[in-house]
Amino acid sequence: MYAQMIKTANSGVKPREEMSDQERAFQDKIDADIKIEPRDWMPDDYRRTLIRQIGQHAHSEVVGQLPEGNWITRAPTLERKMILLAKVQDEAGHGLYLYSAAETLGESRDELVRLLHEGRMKYSSIFNYPTLNWADIGAVGWLVDGAAIVNQVALQRTSYGPYSRAMVRICKEESFHARQGYHAMMKMAFGSPAQKKMAQDALNRLWFPSIMMFGPSDSESTHSEQSMAWKIKVKSNDELRQQYIDQTVPQIEYLGLDLPDPGLKWNAERGHYDFSEPDWSELFDVIKGNGPCNTDRMNARVKAWDDGQWVRDGLMAHARKKAARQHAAE
Amino acid sequence: MTDQNHLLQFLLRQGDNALILSHRVSEWCGHSPILEEDIALANTALDLIGQTQMWLGYAAEVQAEGKSADDLAFLRDAWDFRNILLVELPNGDFGRTLLRQFLFDAHQSVLMGRLIKSSDDTVAAIAAKASKEVAYHVERSADTVVGLGDGTAESHERMQAALDYLWPYVGEMFTSDDTDTAMAIAGIAPEPSTLRDEFHALVTRVLTDATLTIPGGRFSHKGGRTGEMHTEHLGHLLATMQWLQRAYPGCEW
Repeated sequence: MYAQMIKTANSGVKPREEMSDQERAFQDKIDADIKIEPRDWMPDDYRRTLIRQIGQHAHSEVVGQLPEGNWITRAPTLERKMILLAKVQDEAGHGLYLYSAAETLGESRDELVRLLHEGRMKYSSIFNYPTLNWADIGAVGWLVDGAAIVNQVALQRTSYGPYSRAMVRICKEESFHARQGYHAMMKMAFGSPAQKKMAQDALNRLWFPSIMMFGPSDSESTHSEQSMAWKIKVKSNDELRQQYIDQTVPQIEYLGLDLPDPGLKWNAERGHYDFSEPDWSELFDVIKGNGPCNTDRMNARVKAWDDGQWVRDGLMAHARKKAARQHAAE
Repeated sequence: MTDQNHLLQFLLRQGDNALILSHRVSEWCGHSPILEEDIALANTALDLIGQTQMWLGYAAEVQAEGKSADDLAFLRDAWDFRNILLVELPNGDFGRTLLRQFLFDAHQSVLMGRLIKSSDDTVAAIAAKASKEVAYHVERSADTVVGLGDGTAESHERMQAALDYLWPYVGEMFTSDDTDTAMAIAGIAPEPSTLRDEFHALVTRVLTDATLTIPGGRFSHKGGRTGEMHTEHLGHLLATMQWLQRAYPGCEW
């Protein structure tokens, strides 16, 4: 997941009769579930929307290293430290596949990073929340990766081939992370009273942010229709959110933790859990840059990039010298 | 000191080097110059933690006090740590971190080559596993040192400054005490001084390619591998690393 409120690059769905022959052929392929590949013709708006979505997803993986990295040096056992390091390494790897997928659409990684650093591209709102106690690391794996999986399993069927294939690989790793996260939560929830308190605190703080990862409710989500028609988006925000809640509530109950929302109740008629409406103004605040960690996260990323300039320049200069020497020797 | 105690000291030296360096490398997570380096640094830290588990796991077994590798990592104080000073130094810039990594990897690559022939089967087995990782660690750190040393004027200058800062911490890797002598007599590990020539040949070749100048002084800081005197930095590192285990003792995580 990690791509929220992606603004579709045009306004509204284009009716079939207004499409050119090329556009109609393109839409027919999508309707027949034939993947669009990099060299295929595609409408500019499709390309731009995908670049935005894949870019935001990639940025989320990269920025997502920070809240988890916050606990690597304080992980309580060697094994937990290994698991966390491996997870963060996987996230960076996901960032790499996704930037590569965006490159197949003609947008370079450097350009996407520049747009992020200038505040012109976003990353998932969830990474603007802090990780305050060790149980947050379990909760991030369980809830955040869990929510991401719900979205990404759907995105395996997305119409753009490279993105769809990246999702298949990423989902495998995310499932592993979610299981490890839940395992860490079990240790906390079934541990000492202090550990249980940490687990409850983490759940209470991360619950609503995790359900807001799916974006605003469908009635408020203005950009979805064209993305759905192009199968860039496969299920609606509300469908995905409900699926996540339905699968997660029994997991909370198994841990013996208090439900983080008094409105969470099984509704036999709907066959789903009811839940309280999140405070959407909070989501919009976070997206506008006013989340608890937005400034710190962006400062950290920009600093890493700026501090690393001499390294990138040095290695590039060396590569050029080496190539010149080889050329001279031939 | 009994032979078992010497073996324990030797194992702690190996395990603590891996543990403390892993901690330092992991501090880079999410802050490196480019995404590929975030991945490579996490991978290096991960390999080192794996090695820590093996060395400290065996140390705990030899110690025979019912402790685990985790107990040794998280519940000893600074004076009980046996890592060389080099690995506990703060990261500095990316160049210094990679140059330290290279100096450590170069030493490890020579040492592991000897330890795979150790008379102690467990030591030999750990070295056999670690040597595969060390082989690609040293290849990567050497390439990066050459790339940055022979890069731009700025990268060259930063790498030379890093080498000038780190070089006085290299000599400690080749100092000997009773534990080293006991290990050598038992055929468990070589005398550290016998690794020096091979190390110097490797390091000189790479640093020459990197257009860097090895500082002339023969002075060497020491006190880490004996535990006599660590730097001020180790206490802060341990305060971070051990905090949860210390604040909430006896928990399972």
